[in-house]
Amino acid sequence: MKKTISFRVNGIERSVEVEPRVTLLELVREQFNLTGAKLGCDIQVCGACTVLVDGKPVSACSVLAVDADGCDVLTIEGLSGKNSLHPLQEAFMEFGALQCGYCTSGFILTAKALLDEVPDPTEQQIRDYLAGNFCRCGCYQEIMQAIKNVRGKT
Amino acid sequence: METADIGKTFRRLDYETKVTGAAQYLADMQVPGMCRGKILRSPLAHARIKHIDISKAAKVPGVVAIITRDDIVHDEGIEPYYGPVFHDQTIVAVDKVRHVGDPVAAVAALDIDAAEEALRLIEVEYEELPPVLDVHEAMKPGASLVHDAVRIPESGFADLAELKPIEGTNVCTHFKLLRGDIEKGFAESDHCFEDTFTLPATQHCFLETHACIASVEPGGRITVWATTQNPFVVRTQLSNIFKVPVSKVRIIVPYLGGGYGGKVYPKIEPITVALALKAKRPVRVVLSREEVFYTITKHAAVIRMKTGVKKDGTLLARECEIYLDTGAYAEIGPRVAKKSGYTAAGPYRIPNLKIDSYSIYTNKPPAGAFRGFGVSQSAWAVESQMDIVAAALKIDPLEIRLKNGYDEGDKFVTEETLHSVGLKECVNAAAESIGWEQKDRQGDQETRRTRDLEGTNLRRGKGLACMIKATITPSISCAVVKLNEDASLSIYAGTVEMGQGSETALAQIAGKELGIPLQKIQVLGVDTDVVPYDLTTSSSRSTFHMGKAVQLAAQDIMRQLKQTVVKEYGIPEDQIDFADGKIRLPETVLDYSEVMTKRFGMRGGTLVADGQVKTSVKNEYGEKSTSAFWFVAAGAAEVEVDSETGKIKLLKYATAVDVGKAINPLGCRQQLSGAAITGIGQAMFEEIAYDNGQLINPNLVDYVLPSLGDMPPVIDPISVETPDRNGPFGAKGIGESALIPVAPAIANAVFDAVGVRIKDLPIKAEKIYLALEAARVKT
Repeated sequence: MKKTISFRVNGIERSVEVEPRVTLLELVREQFNLTGAKLGCDIQVCGACTVLVDGKPVSACSVLAVDADGCDVLTIEGLSGKNSLHPLQEAFMEFGALQCGYCTSGFILTAKALLDEVPDPTEQQIRDYLAGNFCRCGCYQEIMQAIKNVRGKT
Repeated sequence: METADIGKTFRRLDYETKVTGAAQYLADMQVPGMCRGKILRSPLAHARIKHIDISKAAKVPGVVAIITRDDIVHDEGIEPYYGPVFHDQTIVAVDKVRHVGDPVAAVAALDIDAAEEALRLIEVEYEELPPVLDVHEAMKPGASLVHDAVRIPESGFADLAELKPIEGTNVCTHFKLLRGDIEKGFAESDHCFEDTFTLPATQHCFLETHACIASVEPGGRITVWATTQNPFVVRTQLSNIFKVPVSKVRIIVPYLGGGYGGKVYPKIEPITVALALKAKRPVRVVLSREEVFYTITKHAAVIRMKTGVKKDGTLLARECEIYLDTGAYAEIGPRVAKKSGYTAAGPYRIPNLKIDSYSIYTNKPPAGAFRGFGVSQSAWAVESQMDIVAAALKIDPLEIRLKNGYDEGDKFVTEETLHSVGLKECVNAAAESIGWEQKDRQGDQETRRTRDLEGTNLRRGKGLACMIKATITPSISCAVVKLNEDASLSIYAGTVEMGQGSETALAQIAGKELGIPLQKIQVLGVDTDVVPYDLTTSSSRSTFHMGKAVQLAAQDIMRQLKQTVVKEYGIPEDQIDFADGKIRLPETVLDYSEVMTKRFGMRGGTLVADGQVKTSVKNEYGEKSTSAFWFVAAGAAEVEVDSETGKIKLLKYATAVDVGKAINPLGCRQQLSGAAITGIGQAMFEEIAYDNGQLINPNLVDYVLPSLGDMPPVIDPISVETPDRNGPFGAKGIGESALIPVAPAIANAVFDAVGVRIKDLPIKAEKIYLALEAARVKT
């Protein structure tokens, strides 16, 4: 039986009917066409599907859409401003923190959540916070550089 | 706008769309009327299919089409057998299933739930057969046969023509290499070393799983959106399977979410097209993570290596057998085995060789290309044993490599002359980066005490490894470059952007030739209806081959511009110069767009040029050429090992790669450190685990990938530049180089730290602990 949920997605109020078993990832990708969050592992370990729910990073592949009722959801599509990219997006490009790009939205959103929580994290804090995101192309060193460059500035 | 250049870092052309989430990967795409497809897979490693009943499944509401062997063997329009080397694969299983996960049937339905429900209702009756699960078991007389007979295509790859399955056995191919006089070589040696090294199957684990959308128009025109690294090979295979000319097959490739070799050759494209054909609607299949593990793996290997050396460390003779587990289908395993065989001597001069390299069928998921392509396997043995030799002879591991390593002009094992091999520069650069000191390596007690952490069980060690690898030869890359009326440029190239930065490198090359800024250059997406032929985006070949093709095309555009100036302005050719995207004449300076307007009589028109690169087994200098260019690299690791528990920590890893010429230096560093990190995973934890033919860790919890927490504090990617005489601006391929030395470098560092030799990958704490225990019992 479908349930109606109301929540904000990238600043826009939305109200939709969903089956209770539909995941947040399925909802944003298939109904809202917000495909920046990717399905990688489907079991909450790779981080490619990361979105922010009330500012906290969650693996959208393993969260039910109905649990986002009343929440504020941010996907990568909602991160940049009208005329400018988010400083993390700029830094990821400048330091070469991506290759294939499949993990990128997850890394950027997780890093944003970290910097919102701890504006000037230590290197170890960054490593710990992002340990749940995989980059198979192996851009870890560049990702660290990009985040370190932005810390204390957002 | 800054003019494009070489040797300078430019922001990659694919970045803005990727950091904003706008980039469309295959699973993000939909086409109108699209069905969802799912694949029913074998639960057994080896079984005969007695009966398949789809009657219940067909009744599930929403099911549009189901395909089984009945649809492919009785259809005149379908050739069910295919495969890159041998035609041993079928769209779905025909007589037998040969590995757990082998496709048996597939369903297209209006939604994924209906498709999954239908899969559950397909009834398959199997007659179990004894599976062969290990290469030695598979080679025993009387072993159960994975294939009763293997179909060999009439025309295949030129470099594999001599390799055929051995009838009545599970030997898929046997590559032999003989050089010098092996008996004499061993007789003249002062010491002989014999060791066996092993490494497990691993998986590419690109975060983007294989996916495909297929659509078949009435009239037979096939359109496929594919996650493939070689669309033109997939086009050929689909053309053969569905019996239509290649002009009727269109392959479109969006950005890939990683490839690493796991997306070369047909994967799920044949089954998706077959579904679309029967459903008469477009079908999308997106594999689950588990299914990817059943689709392709990296070859596990057993390598026995016997080496004869002189007292001074000069290598004299090597006998080597390499057994590569290619799984249930040959895939590209025959070439992997050949490349392993070619590199069993490593990057060293060894006058006497006897190499036997086998690809062997077993009842496991197929193994194919994986970044490093057979050389990761051989180098694990070559470079581990090099340190065993060095330790026994008390020679510094750096010195023994410099003593035996290839120099410019040396002969490779195939007797061809090597050019542009900056091997020793790489070895020295990697060693220097981790602070390699001669006296420490010779066991100086004072140095050893200071580097180990006094009062703890922690022991530190350093290790080196190096490698040489070939690129696929012969091969073809064609490119088209168009100069538009506003002097912007469009590049048509079949190179697939899968993260390696090819779009940007190609744009830099064309932009440098024509003096155009990157902002005015568009590299078009890959679509076989639009871009000219390219063999493959693999084998570290694209910058060299496609880069050269684009360069030639850009030069042809300049020639056309020049001709126009001669004709329209009456200026002699020798007075026409190109600089900064303009044409300089004695009296004046012309923009390209002005010349275009003059040529076409109004603002408009297009200048079109193509560039063609083909390499052959004989190069343009008349020399034998197994590889269009050679790539060499070295790695150096510093580790800390707990001598009580075996726990290992990587402190630093340096990777030095001869890149020829760095087109985009940041792009090179990304490829180098990225490949090294994949190598770290393979060296330290990655391993596909089987239990009686069942793959028991096909997920990213039980199959561990390296994450930020596993990274050493420093990875140092070093680009060594030994220009290649044929590469664009001297550039060579770099995609695979850095991965190959990692595992032996770490194993050598572990030996240096605690004196135990790990010969079986991955190098886990448990293995080090057990080896330390064994050593303690001995003393």
